Amino acid sequence: MRGHLGGRIAQIIPTLLLVSVLVFCLQQLMPGDPAMVLAGEERGDPRVLAQIRAELWLDRSLPVQYLHWMGNVLRGDLGYSWRIRQPVLSLIETKLPVTLQLGAMAFGFAVAIGVPAGIVAAVQRNRFWDYLANAIGLAGLSTPTFWLGIMLILLVSVNLGWLPPSGYVPLTEDWRQSLATTIMPAFVLGNAIAAILMRHTRAAMLTALDQDYVRTARAKGLRETRVVLWHALRNALIPVVTLGALELGTLLSGAVLTEQVFSIPGFGKMIVDAVFNRDYPVVQGVVLVTAFLYVALNLVADILYVVINPRLRGS
Amino acid sequence: MIRRILLALCLLAAIPAVVSAQTLRIALREDADLLDPTLARTYVGRIVFAGLCDKLFDLNEKLEIVPQLATGYEWADPVTLIIHLREGVTFHDGEVLDAAAVKYTLERHLTMPGSFRRSEIASIDHVEIVDPATVKITLKAPSSPLLSQLTDRAGMILPPKATEAAGKNFSQAPVCSGPFRFVERVAQDRIVLERYPGYWDAGNIHFDRVIYQPMPDSAVQLANLRSGTIDLAERVLPTDIAQVKADPKLRIVTSPALGYEAITFNVGNGELAKAPIGQSKLLRQAFEAAIDRQALVDVVFNGMYTPNAQAVSPASPFYIASVPPPPRDLAKAKALIKESGVPTPITVRMNVPNTPDRAQEAEVIQSMVQEAGFDVKINLIEFAASLQAATRGEFQSYLIGWSGRPDPDGNLFQFLATGAGQNDGHYSDAVVDKELKAARESVDPVARRGHYETALHQLRDDLPLIYLQSPVNVVGMSAKLTGFQPVPDGMIRLRGLATAK
Repeated sequence: MRGHLGGRIAQIIPTLLLVSVLVFCLQQLMPGDPAMVLAGEERGDPRVLAQIRAELWLDRSLPVQYLHWMGNVLRGDLGYSWRIRQPVLSLIETKLPVTLQLGAMAFGFAVAIGVPAGIVAAVQRNRFWDYLANAIGLAGLSTPTFWLGIMLILLVSVNLGWLPPSGYVPLTEDWRQSLATTIMPAFVLGNAIAAILMRHTRAAMLTALDQDYVRTARAKGLRETRVVLWHALRNALIPVVTLGALELGTLLSGAVLTEQVFSIPGFGKMIVDAVFNRDYPVVQGVVLVTAFLYVALNLVADILYVVINPRLRGS
Repeated sequence: MIRRILLALCLLAAIPAVVSAQTLRIALREDADLLDPTLARTYVGRIVFAGLCDKLFDLNEKLEIVPQLATGYEWADPVTLIIHLREGVTFHDGEVLDAAAVKYTLERHLTMPGSFRRSEIASIDHVEIVDPATVKITLKAPSSPLLSQLTDRAGMILPPKATEAAGKNFSQAPVCSGPFRFVERVAQDRIVLERYPGYWDAGNIHFDRVIYQPMPDSAVQLANLRSGTIDLAERVLPTDIAQVKADPKLRIVTSPALGYEAITFNVGNGELAKAPIGQSKLLRQAFEAAIDRQALVDVVFNGMYTPNAQAVSPASPFYIASVPPPPRDLAKAKALIKESGVPTPITVRMNVPNTPDRAQEAEVIQSMVQEAGFDVKINLIEFAASLQAATRGEFQSYLIGWSGRPDPDGNLFQFLATGAGQNDGHYSDAVVDKELKAARESVDPVARRGHYETALHQLRDDLPLIYLQSPVNVVGMSAKLTGFQPVPDGMIRLRGLATAK
């Protein structure tokens, strides 16, 4: 097990290196010259363009640019935003907690809705509650985040006046206001993932409920709730945990839209703005940190398997 | 006696009380860039500067140049400008604003690496201090647009000591002389300013704080405005106006804008200029004749914008009223195509930045000109990519706008003069070059108007650009806000703005 984990950790470094090269090269394929974007309405002046290119190392060859950037990254310096001249690292430090808070709350919503709904649907297979859960799940999957967000703002903020439509404040500053401004976006973001979780929990539970050990548990005379929640669910959760880790991608890409709708100053909003403004250092920094998070979370999922399923401990 | 008291009470109730000690929240359509007047480039950045940095001159609703940090000016001769400064003005750090600060700032604009002001005030040769309240600016050649440049970022004066100390990091905590001073900036979230008690016109400032929040999506902006989370939103979409008007808590203020929307043709930039539409002015004239500008404005912009066939907005004193936008004339279009001898359908590729309103505009144009025999192929393209394509000549036609400048030179010279920076289609005409240069160097408004009119007639014949319409600045705000000044430059001036209760 320890060796397995060690191997997984060792894989992280080449993965991140590959990601860094990829994102660096892919950016070059993007049409649009960053110097021209930065020059704004002065883009017609070749002197201005040359000056910007020289300042940002854009007049060097691609490998030189990459090595220069990578060298700085290894020293813990992700560079500074070309557009607003703030260090990328400090931008990430301020934005990441925001998206993590939003993501955690969204995931909370997803689990709180998706897993119980999946269990009920499996236990009540092909009956009213199953159909209802499926219908709600399908609706959740097919509702665009953007549309749901705007509708909620119109209903809850504009018509009912219950929650503010924007104006995020950090948890540490005023937790009540922070929750008030993030509860709607978290629900919107969690909604799509809840639907996916529901469907997977249902499928995994159906398989688990058909297993011999469940029949044995029932035969022993255990109460049905204990059979379902203790014996079946524990095994059914393994694929669900993997899925949870993989859904981080959905969460982050969903955050891009949700943060835009609710004006939340998080990771998603930052990367969209950076791409449109060709603010390469920000894009590179954000992608690198996201890739790291993604890999790290999958590692956590691996560890969780073992915790949930003791049979894997020997392997 | 009782009647008198009642009357007085009624009168009191009728007069809206101006309440201070408040926060004003303004929604911007995008996040600002660097908050350094020398390095800043964006339109929204200018809106933030309107609270942060005063300028030597300002514009009023009629686009007249009025003093701000200056109290007046005179031309000693066509290349010598004397500016008299307002006395008793201090920067946010207490430093006194004097002629030395003006000299320092203008020289910074001219020499700082990466300065975006250099090309705006390139006509300046040197700046001298006459006395603490007077500066003398000597030009290399006469330049009438200079004064209007000083109504924008080039005219924002910075404190020499604080600016030198901050160096390149000035934009992180800018120090200026405007009514509000910088408090904090959270990228993509907010820029917070607070009232500067030492402001020279403090009596006209009625808010304690101003918070600028970027909200790129119009639906989100509208929802925030309607729920009262923001007090004022700039550039409300024409299609959203009805909703704002229907809400009794809100109101709309419009003013004609300085910019234009146009189709630029590639007439000489690389291979793609060889397309029939780039080579034949008859075809471009036919293209224009097939467009119904009023219908375009009605369909895409709810009838809010003004059809226009010239670069200068109808709000400007330099607008040539004798050249109105021609009505649609399909028979003329067909006749011109016939005269050109090019067989139909004539393919015209059009680069269009992929915003919903531009895409819709392109589609309406496509269907209008199709009836004349043009087959427009729309190439929806991301904004930054479209700019690069334009500079490289990778376009036959390009649907794009310009935010506009108060002086007509800013809407014409750089797009039409031979070899000019944003002349993407590489248009070149001796008459236009001569007239634009003469207009630039003349300080007599009547003579300048004459030069622009001559150039306009040549441009109407060549049609390197087909101007379509002039936009309107639409600001949505809480009905309680009073004292808003609708100036065509679209800036949100905070002097005089207050909440009535």
